[in-house]
Amino acid sequence: MSLMQTFLGRRSRALACAVSLPVVLALSGCATAHSPDPLESWNRGVFSFNETVDVHVLKPVAEGYVKVTPQPVRTGVRNFFGNIGDVWSSVNLFLQGRLKEGAASTMRVAVNSTLGLGGLIDLATPMRLDRFNEDLGQTLGVWGAPSGAYIVWPLMGPSSVRDSANFVTSMTFSATTLIDGAREDNLARLLNVVSTRAAYLSATDLLDSVALDKYAFTRDAYLQRRQSLIDQGRTPAEVEEEEEAPEPRYDLPETEEEAAAAAEAASAASAPEAAR
Amino acid sequence: MSHSRRFFVRVVSSALVAVSALGATQAGAQTAPAQATAPVPAQTPEAFIQSITNEVMATVKSDKAIQSGDLRKITAVVDAKIMPNVNFVRMTAAAVGPAWRRATPDQRLRLQNEFKTLLVHTYAGAASQVKDQVIEYLPSRARATDTDVVVRTVVKGKGDPIQLNYRLEKAGNAWKVYDVNVLGAWLVQTHQSSFAQEINASGIDGLISKLAERNRQLVAKNAAN
Repeated sequence: MSLMQTFLGRRSRALACAVSLPVVLALSGCATAHSPDPLESWNRGVFSFNETVDVHVLKPVAEGYVKVTPQPVRTGVRNFFGNIGDVWSSVNLFLQGRLKEGAASTMRVAVNSTLGLGGLIDLATPMRLDRFNEDLGQTLGVWGAPSGAYIVWPLMGPSSVRDSANFVTSMTFSATTLIDGAREDNLARLLNVVSTRAAYLSATDLLDSVALDKYAFTRDAYLQRRQSLIDQGRTPAEVEEEEEAPEPRYDLPETEEEAAAAAEAASAASAPEAAR
Repeated sequence: MSHSRRFFVRVVSSALVAVSALGATQAGAQTAPAQATAPVPAQTPEAFIQSITNEVMATVKSDKAIQSGDLRKITAVVDAKIMPNVNFVRMTAAAVGPAWRRATPDQRLRLQNEFKTLLVHTYAGAASQVKDQVIEYLPSRARATDTDVVVRTVVKGKGDPIQLNYRLEKAGNAWKVYDVNVLGAWLVQTHQSSFAQEINASGIDGLISKLAERNRQLVAKNAAN
């Protein structure tokens, strides 16, 4: 397995560069751990456009969907699309060299596709064959490709240079692969979108209220989450080796007394800091 | 033609973030009792989190008013069961960032209060989601002598499992929570940049009034429901 990872590691770094370099150059986005969002002003524009589309179209449709369909139907729809996603997840697990998990994920698809009536019923989860949700962006990350600049795509939403690879694959590989005809194809896509949005109705309401700046909150959570997903796919040693991003800051005064003391000390020497 | 697919990805990503906000407070809420009662001998961090979680979840499940988002009751639960087990000064300081050093004691107090209220509001939204979740504790990577550890859990209910981690420090003989990670994102870190923006634009008092304004909006919204 380590041989395989070494092999994959080399190939992938080259591949990742080939994929991300032209895009990075085109956008002249140069992301670092300290400024992961060089395209912020463009991103903010797209973000608010996406928000508008969501408020006026997607969210109302999703709410309507919840009203007119009974819960078991919605669960069935979610399971069906989830099962298709699991196929791609399995492929990515193998690409990451996680053979055991890849096998478990494949078994999951097999169980749900047959006993679970083509994926409508999720029998695998109660059997402790859990879902993995691996995508190509994560695989590239495990192989060593950096995230690159944060990008918000119109309609597609938060992504990064690296994670944009997901759109290519998810367009060619999805439920619609199984369906003939453009009309059915589009219906399936639409249903998938609405079903997913419906599942998160209460969660997004909450986000609206807690985030002081929804754009920054979304971005930071997205980037952190993607990194943590990638770290799960690697050994701790590999993670440590690549750990360049600074740990979150907690080195501030802890108790009121300490804080007061530190504040006094700081005010004495604060001139250079303030200038900065 | 691929628009719907794009929607899908967008929705998933924003939903992840949203759930993280949700879980975050749920987690904040689940961080509670243990050393508030008596000087117990040092627990394992897992046992500490487990006792808080169990107690808070039991309280929420047994009280319809909490589930429906009664702010006064939720605040009471947070104050009684959670705050004693959280180093909230440290959490607020980290979220505010370097500017904390030049904040006056009064500003620090107001920042803590407003930040806490914001988190309580988040929890009010999440309380209605507490149902039949089961919490699994992942094997610890910490050594027995460590004083700064991460407790890793997975919340399993309907839908996809939610990764929920706690960062703890050992203060004397007791553990205190000082950050929560939902679906891979740390709560404090995720608030940092919008707090910093506000401070850069209008100073510490600007951040305080922005938080206060947001909290007032939330109260109004809560009353309207």
